[in-house]
Amino acid sequence: MKELKIFGIVAAFTLILYWGVEPFAHSQMHKHVEGHNLVYDGKADIEEASKDKKEAKKKFWAEVKEIAKLKGDPVAGEATYAMCAGCHMEGAANMGGVTPPSLDHAGAIYDKNFLIALIKNPAMATNVDHKYKDTSTHPMGSISSMVSAPQDIANVVAYLKAKKAGEVTPKEAYIEACGRCHANRYGKLTQLGEIPKTKSNIKTGQDIEKMKYDQKVAEEQAALADYLGKLPPDLSIIYRARSEHFLHTFVENPQSQLAGTAMPRTGLDHEGMEKVMAYLEETGDPSKPARDALGPYVLIFFVIFTILAYLWKKSQWKDLH
Amino acid sequence: MAHFDENAKPFSHQWLNERLAIDTLQRVLSTEYWIPKNINFLWAMGMVLAATFGILLISGIFLLMYYQPNTNLAFDSVNYTIMTEVGYGWLWRHIHGVGASVVFLIIYIHMFTGIYYGSYKRGRELIWISGMLLFVLFSAEAFSGYMLPWGQMSYWAGMVITNLFSGGSLHADGLVEWIRGDYVPAQAFLGRFFMLHVLLLPLVIIGAIVFHFGTLRIPHVNNQDGEEFDFDEAARLYKEGKKKESKVIPFNPVFLSKDVFVMGIYFIFFFYLVFYHFEFAMDPVNFDPADGLKTPAHIYPEWYFLWSYEILRPFSTNVGLIAFAIAQVIFFLLPFLDRSPNVAPASRRGKFKFWFWAMLIDMIVLTFMGKLPPEGAWSTIGLIAALVFFALWIALPIITKSEKKL
Repeated sequence: MKELKIFGIVAAFTLILYWGVEPFAHSQMHKHVEGHNLVYDGKADIEEASKDKKEAKKKFWAEVKEIAKLKGDPVAGEATYAMCAGCHMEGAANMGGVTPPSLDHAGAIYDKNFLIALIKNPAMATNVDHKYKDTSTHPMGSISSMVSAPQDIANVVAYLKAKKAGEVTPKEAYIEACGRCHANRYGKLTQLGEIPKTKSNIKTGQDIEKMKYDQKVAEEQAALADYLGKLPPDLSIIYRARSEHFLHTFVENPQSQLAGTAMPRTGLDHEGMEKVMAYLEETGDPSKPARDALGPYVLIFFVIFTILAYLWKKSQWKDLH
Repeated sequence: MAHFDENAKPFSHQWLNERLAIDTLQRVLSTEYWIPKNINFLWAMGMVLAATFGILLISGIFLLMYYQPNTNLAFDSVNYTIMTEVGYGWLWRHIHGVGASVVFLIIYIHMFTGIYYGSYKRGRELIWISGMLLFVLFSAEAFSGYMLPWGQMSYWAGMVITNLFSGGSLHADGLVEWIRGDYVPAQAFLGRFFMLHVLLLPLVIIGAIVFHFGTLRIPHVNNQDGEEFDFDEAARLYKEGKKKESKVIPFNPVFLSKDVFVMGIYFIFFFYLVFYHFEFAMDPVNFDPADGLKTPAHIYPEWYFLWSYEILRPFSTNVGLIAFAIAQVIFFLLPFLDRSPNVAPASRRGKFKFWFWAMLIDMIVLTFMGKLPPEGAWSTIGLIAALVFFALWIALPIITKSEKKL
């Protein structure tokens, strides 16, 4: 009984210590950012905007709301989409610092409101308008001269939601939403996509194809770094470097966690977020399935070990008192 | 020369006995190494520590096979090669990381058990001092190991801690550069701390553990009541079969059976942490690769160094360094600062009882504040807790001197 009391005291102090240095300390160290459940209505953008920009943002998001009410026609949208496909295509070249992403699963992984806002004004939608004097100089800024009528916007988004919304894997979601700026070396991805398999020349030991590829990657990275101010970090293990809450709120609205950052909002919807997080977990914490499989056996082993040890102890100590 | 029986079969019991005195060894080290009977599970913490050190050593050997002590490769050799490509590499790494943290929890429990029961007094001074030496060595081992993954916290902790050696206003920057082998932590720094972590410090630790065991042999282990009794007499009773009357038990198998049971419970806890709750031992900041151009928003040591970090922090540079230096060595002096003649649990020692709990709580408060950002109320609380820490040490000789003999 006395031993249990002592054990209780030791356990209580240990738990207090743990609480203080882990949950409590971390709650005090990081500012708390409320998520918006992946609803893109500009509420946070308007709140955090400087005085001179508040009105413009209010107006912009009110217009987005109006377009969202229109009924889009996917068939008409397909014709308009041809304008998008001029840049968003297989093997697209870097334009103004960044390579236009594939839109193969855009309807599945991006939110409808966000897509409308993006076509209307990319810099405003992605909440990086602070980087531009004139938001039409955004690399995708020319879209406003091509697709500007509210009905056209609604049609294109309806087309994306209807035809570009097939089953998407976590890796595809990651490549489309994040992969043009962020490499993931543990996932063998660069900003140009999957690293191709190459062979070195057996006589010289040199891999010329790889050298050429590395040069292309270096050029792409230099363009990105010039455009964004720095090379965006590799996300191989970001899943363990940041909390899940941080990643969610940051991806939803980068400005909320890091005011002034050059990172654009990506406008992921629930499916997109889930898939991207799944991929980040896969590269950042690959041992989870193995841990979950082995853990119970190890613990059962030590429970049996302890029971046997207790019986041994009892037999050794039975004549002592 | 000793007598060797020519007819003894090689490696038979007799043959070994003549050459190694295995019977004597077994008697002295195990079956007739007498331990008091009046003890609780806290007396098993020594063996729990030995087991944890063993786990750290074995897991460390496996990690060493794949770790690359190169500033360009270190991060990925830990986070990719070991975690992904090496079979069960993730298991060894998580065991090593959790073990490094938990070993300090057990060290602190072991230390405060010693303080509570007065196990550093009257003949047991060297047990305490060798134990404190082990604490310092484990701290150095933990710090050098923390450098190896070469993440942001490795780099910046390395920067901050080596900077301490400039001695504040002394500006001994040459000394700092000499320790680092460079102006900033870089390849020379990583190579040195790698060597310290995998060779020199483990060797010294093993030696110090042997010494620590050695210091126990003559004064014997203390007991729950601090009672002094004749071990020879108690051993005689035990050997005569009067186990109930005897106050001692042999280390092997009686004490060991309890140790193993306590270890079993500990291993359940330990492996629960390894499989389901290892994040506490692996700081998120260290999963960002080292970057000398990007200082993390918060730099803090692992939890077991926080109390001494908080003694450094609330003061001005020079005062802080002196306070920090004193805090590192003051525990060594405990046997000499405690002037009371009593060897007894703190609960029976009057004012010392309050001293013990005040010290424990103060160190926990310091630990909490050491991790929090030094702002507003937190820095005030930290400053007060640091002052209380020194006030308690100053008070110790005074209150123990006036203690009544029990």
